[in-house]
Amino acid sequence: MIESNDHIIEVRGLVKKFGDFVANDHLTFHVKKGEIFGFLGANGAGKTTAIRILCGLSYPTSGFISVAGHDVYREREKIKRKIGYMSQKFSLYEDLTVVENIRLYAGIYGLGRKYIRSRESQLLKRLQLEEIGNRLIREIPLGWKQKLAFSVAIFHKPAIVFLDEPTGGVDPITRRQFWEMIHGATREGITVFVTTHYMDEAEYCDRVCIMVDGKIEALDRPAVLKATYQSRNMNEVFVKLARKS
Amino acid sequence: MKWMSVEFNQIEKRFGEIRALNQVDFSVCDGELFGLIGPDGAGKSTLFRIMVSLLVPDSGSCMVNGFDVKKDYREIRKIIGYMPGRFSLYMDLSVEENLNFYAGVFGTTVDANYDLIRDIYIQIEPFRKRLAGKLSGGMKQKLALSCALIHRPSVLVLDEPTTGVDAVSRLEFWEMLEKIRREGITILVSTPYMDEAARCDRIALLQKGEVLEIMDPSVVPAGEFPLFSLRSGRRPYNYLEHFRSLESCRSAWLFGDELHVTLQRETDVSDVEAGLRKLKDESMEWNRIERSIEDRFMELLQEADSSKNLFEVNER
Repeated sequence: MIESNDHIIEVRGLVKKFGDFVANDHLTFHVKKGEIFGFLGANGAGKTTAIRILCGLSYPTSGFISVAGHDVYREREKIKRKIGYMSQKFSLYEDLTVVENIRLYAGIYGLGRKYIRSRESQLLKRLQLEEIGNRLIREIPLGWKQKLAFSVAIFHKPAIVFLDEPTGGVDPITRRQFWEMIHGATREGITVFVTTHYMDEAEYCDRVCIMVDGKIEALDRPAVLKATYQSRNMNEVFVKLARKS
Repeated sequence: MKWMSVEFNQIEKRFGEIRALNQVDFSVCDGELFGLIGPDGAGKSTLFRIMVSLLVPDSGSCMVNGFDVKKDYREIRKIIGYMPGRFSLYMDLSVEENLNFYAGVFGTTVDANYDLIRDIYIQIEPFRKRLAGKLSGGMKQKLALSCALIHRPSVLVLDEPTTGVDAVSRLEFWEMLEKIRREGITILVSTPYMDEAARCDRIALLQKGEVLEIMDPSVVPAGEFPLFSLRSGRRPYNYLEHFRSLESCRSAWLFGDELHVTLQRETDVSDVEAGLRKLKDESMEWNRIERSIEDRFMELLQEADSSKNLFEVNER
């Protein structure tokens, strides 16, 4: 273990270059165990680049980065076992059923058959999807797919789940139900790292980091950011910070 | 009397088992900035495709500036500018070539209408030799808008131009729309973002192929149920269970840094407030509020949902 404190993600001086282009310019921050951490920024600010590094999918150019106690240079496979990931293009298989998708992902994470069967029925019940367990993914509405994709991403009880714009395209109620699931996951001890373009969702986060042109422009609790930038809501905070560039 | 630019008359459209549009019937005035607000699958794109003559409705009719979209589709295509959700740019042509191509297709030139697109195009002009495929999302969006405007259409149709776009670019896009509108162009725009709805003259709230309501976003109709907001130093999420366990609570939802709570009856208010005092949260602020567009939309969604069973939804 690299760290012993309550920081589940520790990033010091993260730099990522693509040729001459600096996508992440000396990022230093941490994420606390059990918090909802919002990672915001304009398109092209470097969010996806940083997330890919934290998930062990890409190497940083330099900097110290530890995720769930593991080093991103040497222990990427260990990191992958301890995290969950869901993006706006969720990776459910359209031509498999709801239940088949759950079993496939649970199997990939090496969970036992008996364990999978019992958790799977609990999950379907909680999502009120019992009656459609045998439907193909392509037949179910987008909102249900999103909830299922999230449930699948945390099925193996990861220490951290990364959510990359998870709520695009759904109605305002489904979006809120999704956020209730996120809050619920934190009660089970899962840390949430989330990006979004919906600024009202930034308010649901414990702390928010705003990236501008590859750098961290601000990082604090939403209430503190609103006070600091004399804004009524996070949308105003974001626009003030990101428009400067 | 206001001149009607676009009229949808009892539009029906099915795709196999899926009812994409159900009895859609409304009009858009000349020069209006009209928003279609709704989630994916609400029918926004289908309605636009019918309007721009790319899709024929099963029944009903649609008129644009007096032309029937079915019969007079050739005329329709001359007067409409259309920006689909997936930009129809030629990725292997340069910025300049794309624009010239679109102008040519409509029998005009870039110079003839340059004043209309100047403010937008000037932002991507430094990259005019770059292939469209190599542009950032924001720049593609600006180029697609320039191409949709280059023949000076009288009606502009924008299908989710800001989806997946960051808050700053969204703001800038809407500033551009307001300028275009001052040129007298009627604009129909769809979006899943409620904050953008407020910038329209009127909006239609859509869900599952049906228009739930049409309104002026600056005058959200007052509701019959008392609505409150709760703020607290604690996570508002922790109060959801409290409210949802109350019979007097009609709904409770996260709402930015607040909870929005709707009660069943005026007479429930004092009981609920007494219950809140017992929770002894000094940081709590509890205030009666007016409904926002989003409150109204959520109320309509809930009403629509409770009148249908889940499996009808499931057929989609």
